[in-house]
Amino acid sequence: MSATAVVGKAVPKVDGAEKVTGRTVYIHDLKIPGMLYGKIKYSDRVSARIVSIDTSEAEKVPGVKAVITAYNTPEIRFGFLKDNTALKKDRVRQYRDEIAAVAATTPEAAEEAVRKIRVEYEDLPAVFDPDEALAPEAPRVHETDARGKPLKDNRLRLPWRVEAGDVKAGEEASAFVAEGEYEVGWVTHCCLGTSGCIASFDPHGNLTMYSNTQIPSLARTDYMEALKAMGLRGRVRVVNAAIGGGFGSKLDTYAHEYIAILLAHRTGRPVKIVFDREEEFFATSPRQPVKVRVRQGCDAQGRLTFREISMVLDNGAYTSWGATTPTVMMMPATSLYRVPNVRFEATCVYTNNTYCQAMRGYGTPQVTFAIECNLDELAEKVGLDPLEMRLRNANEPGEVTPQGFKVTTCGHRECIEEVAKRLDWKNKRGRAGQTGSKRRGVGMACLMHVGGGAKIYRSDGCGTLIKVDDFGNVDVFSGSMDIGQGLDTVLRQIVAETLGVGIERVNVIVGDTDVCPWDVGVHASRSTFIAGNSALNAARMVRDQILEFAGQMLEAPPEILALENGQVVCREDPSKNLPLAKVLRRAHFAKTGNTMFMAAHFYEPDTDMLEGEFKGNYSCTYAWGCHGVEVEVDTETGHVEIVKYVAAHDVGRAINPMLLRGQVQGAVMMGIGYALSEEMIFEQGRLRNPNFRDYKILTAKDAVKVEPVIVETEDPAGPFGAKGIGEPGLVPSAPAIANAIYDAVGVRLNRLPLKPERVLRALKEREAPSGPCGALQREG
Amino acid sequence: MKQPITLTVNGEPYELLVNPTDFLVDVIRDQIGLTGTKKGCGIGDCGACTVLVDGKPVLSCLTLAVSVQGREITTIEGLSSGPELHPVQQAFVEKGAIQCGFCTPGMILSAKALLDRIPNPTEEEIKRGIAGNLCRCTGYVKIVEAIGHAAELLAQEETHG
Repeated sequence: MSATAVVGKAVPKVDGAEKVTGRTVYIHDLKIPGMLYGKIKYSDRVSARIVSIDTSEAEKVPGVKAVITAYNTPEIRFGFLKDNTALKKDRVRQYRDEIAAVAATTPEAAEEAVRKIRVEYEDLPAVFDPDEALAPEAPRVHETDARGKPLKDNRLRLPWRVEAGDVKAGEEASAFVAEGEYEVGWVTHCCLGTSGCIASFDPHGNLTMYSNTQIPSLARTDYMEALKAMGLRGRVRVVNAAIGGGFGSKLDTYAHEYIAILLAHRTGRPVKIVFDREEEFFATSPRQPVKVRVRQGCDAQGRLTFREISMVLDNGAYTSWGATTPTVMMMPATSLYRVPNVRFEATCVYTNNTYCQAMRGYGTPQVTFAIECNLDELAEKVGLDPLEMRLRNANEPGEVTPQGFKVTTCGHRECIEEVAKRLDWKNKRGRAGQTGSKRRGVGMACLMHVGGGAKIYRSDGCGTLIKVDDFGNVDVFSGSMDIGQGLDTVLRQIVAETLGVGIERVNVIVGDTDVCPWDVGVHASRSTFIAGNSALNAARMVRDQILEFAGQMLEAPPEILALENGQVVCREDPSKNLPLAKVLRRAHFAKTGNTMFMAAHFYEPDTDMLEGEFKGNYSCTYAWGCHGVEVEVDTETGHVEIVKYVAAHDVGRAINPMLLRGQVQGAVMMGIGYALSEEMIFEQGRLRNPNFRDYKILTAKDAVKVEPVIVETEDPAGPFGAKGIGEPGLVPSAPAIANAIYDAVGVRLNRLPLKPERVLRALKEREAPSGPCGALQREG
Repeated sequence: MKQPITLTVNGEPYELLVNPTDFLVDVIRDQIGLTGTKKGCGIGDCGACTVLVDGKPVLSCLTLAVSVQGREITTIEGLSSGPELHPVQQAFVEKGAIQCGFCTPGMILSAKALLDRIPNPTEEEIKRGIAGNLCRCTGYVKIVEAIGHAAELLAQEETHG
């Protein structure tokens, strides 16, 4: 590994001091002179025709400046399939449907006005179960698509299917086959900072959107389309406040943003809409529920022969990026472990439930739960230790997977071995002779994720501009965004390293589309890799310009010069060393040919956007990992306690080990919540637990001392060898825990979360399989 | 009907007109203009709005402003004086206990109150001390470490200062 000055160091977050002193400004804290407060009237019915909307009483509330509905505003269509509108006309399809909105001088007036809006409905049939929604006689959630073409059924027209090798032949060659059905429900991001925005038009009709989006550039395009739909021709600028958590929730544009735009335009004043916690729960889009069917087989030695996965996703009533998660689920489905013959098929179905979105992991936690639980079942059939099963099938560097992914660096095997060692797997797995009500067991599960971007959009690029002043201070304008993960710190490290200056000399500017170049967004664990490479390349261009000039000054070839410690260093003759600032000023204030150093680079990874057969290389490199967990199951209460948790990740190289560990620890806790406690409870489309009291994210008392193990494989494509790490940490938590529960008490739980009542029911079921508990099994 | 109250916030006296139903969090954020205190849920579940009233942590989203008439309130902006960070703040920065930062002000004030009460807490005591402050980013591991480290920093200050 090359010697570095600041890359690889545990540099504290550059925005830390602002955050600990309360100076950081989030969207909630932002006020603009003349600003009004917007509030939304949501549907009272889950599926109905809107007969009439009476806003007359709302309009009379003092302070109210505008009340809008779909009937007095232009239609703004949005979403991945453009099947959603900012305000609903004629028909509602879910409880969170936006029927009207108010702008008022105070939040209280806006709320009062919303309460006074009267809507008359005529109920329509609804459907909540995706399997039922697929039946020919099921009520149709949408009669037509966005273009008005009639729809035959509730199935989304999305071609999520991939096949490679010969699954039938693979199955015939199998000595063992395991199959199972796995089910995961809704969970939600629970960002501590809720969603919100402020829309503001200038007198020329240009829109500035103050936001906390994860996708400033794409949001800008979306808002431009909205202006077009409104018959306006202004420019759009997206300015981000600090983001109080993202996790995929802010990866799309939403109705409340378009409503703020409509209200701001109607009133001629800035309009702020910020969600309260209840809205954040019911009116944002959660991770989608999936029912997965897995069949996989292996030969007599346990080598995988085939894998077949089919799944049904509950899309909800409209379509966001969540509907594209199968394009990422395909990746572990076809390529986690070496499997020669694979088939994957996903069906997304409209229902009258809340519509879904991506969440950290982008589908991979759902499908990995199914694959990795099923792999343990297969290992048992073979009579193999699950550890051995995984080692026999682990991915290797240099392989090309059946789907066409080019595996470059790969620390999969090393991660498995690290987990086994640190968990003392050999001694702890399959402990015999446990007595008493508390039983311990160990389990593991692996992951594969994109580690070098993911081309789910036509461009997976990011731009960076760098300029240097007369004193060696560097401004870096990146298209990417910090969402708390520390992107601004990591970019500072990369640029400081490349330009040989102290990290305090580097300033990173993000989150303003008027100033920063284009970037597809903060998702897919791509920012360190893609924005990092973009910044690295721009910094190298600036470095080369400086060295070229210094070479002329020093009459030395640039090849023997370098930038280190704020100096231009001559490798062959240290007496020629010059302070960087001196070189910069000489260039700027030269008698002729004055110059300042600056550069721009747009980095587009050399990867394939998968369409048609869905084969190709999706990402520049892939992230691998293995999690191992020891649990203690209380057979009297069903409670599962995490005793030890090891998370080994192939990270390429840790640019900032402290921030990286933080990513893993945070993701694992989210993964443990997904496994054990988190569940949005919907009844007939209505969310029953829209608060932190009833939706259980883990607290400090539940904190697990996660042991992150950093496996460095130094990826040649990554900036300083780095791969992405934002999402991988929560991908294998649930199956690792489910597998450990099986080791402890011998019951398989195929449905998340693994709540005490489910564990207990499974234990009772095992004792009396034909008793009344068998009937109970189905309900919950 | 609004009524006048006097609050001392971070050592500064404020004379304010508030509704009897106004919560402290909104008064601090909207009237006084100190937005370091966050409102994460509004119903006392998340702890982001934690402030100190006479040194004790309270949830300002459940506290009526009129009920703290005349009391000393410390918000995150008042924890450090000048450019120097308070040891708890310093420990949070150094130990990487911050990600998105939204829970951080409340978390730090809960930690400060804990360390005032128990200068040398065990890990369990730390976890209990911040159990009412939710964090979605960090998994709490580094926060617990940071509070342990802050206890050491405070002990050093005590010894040297």
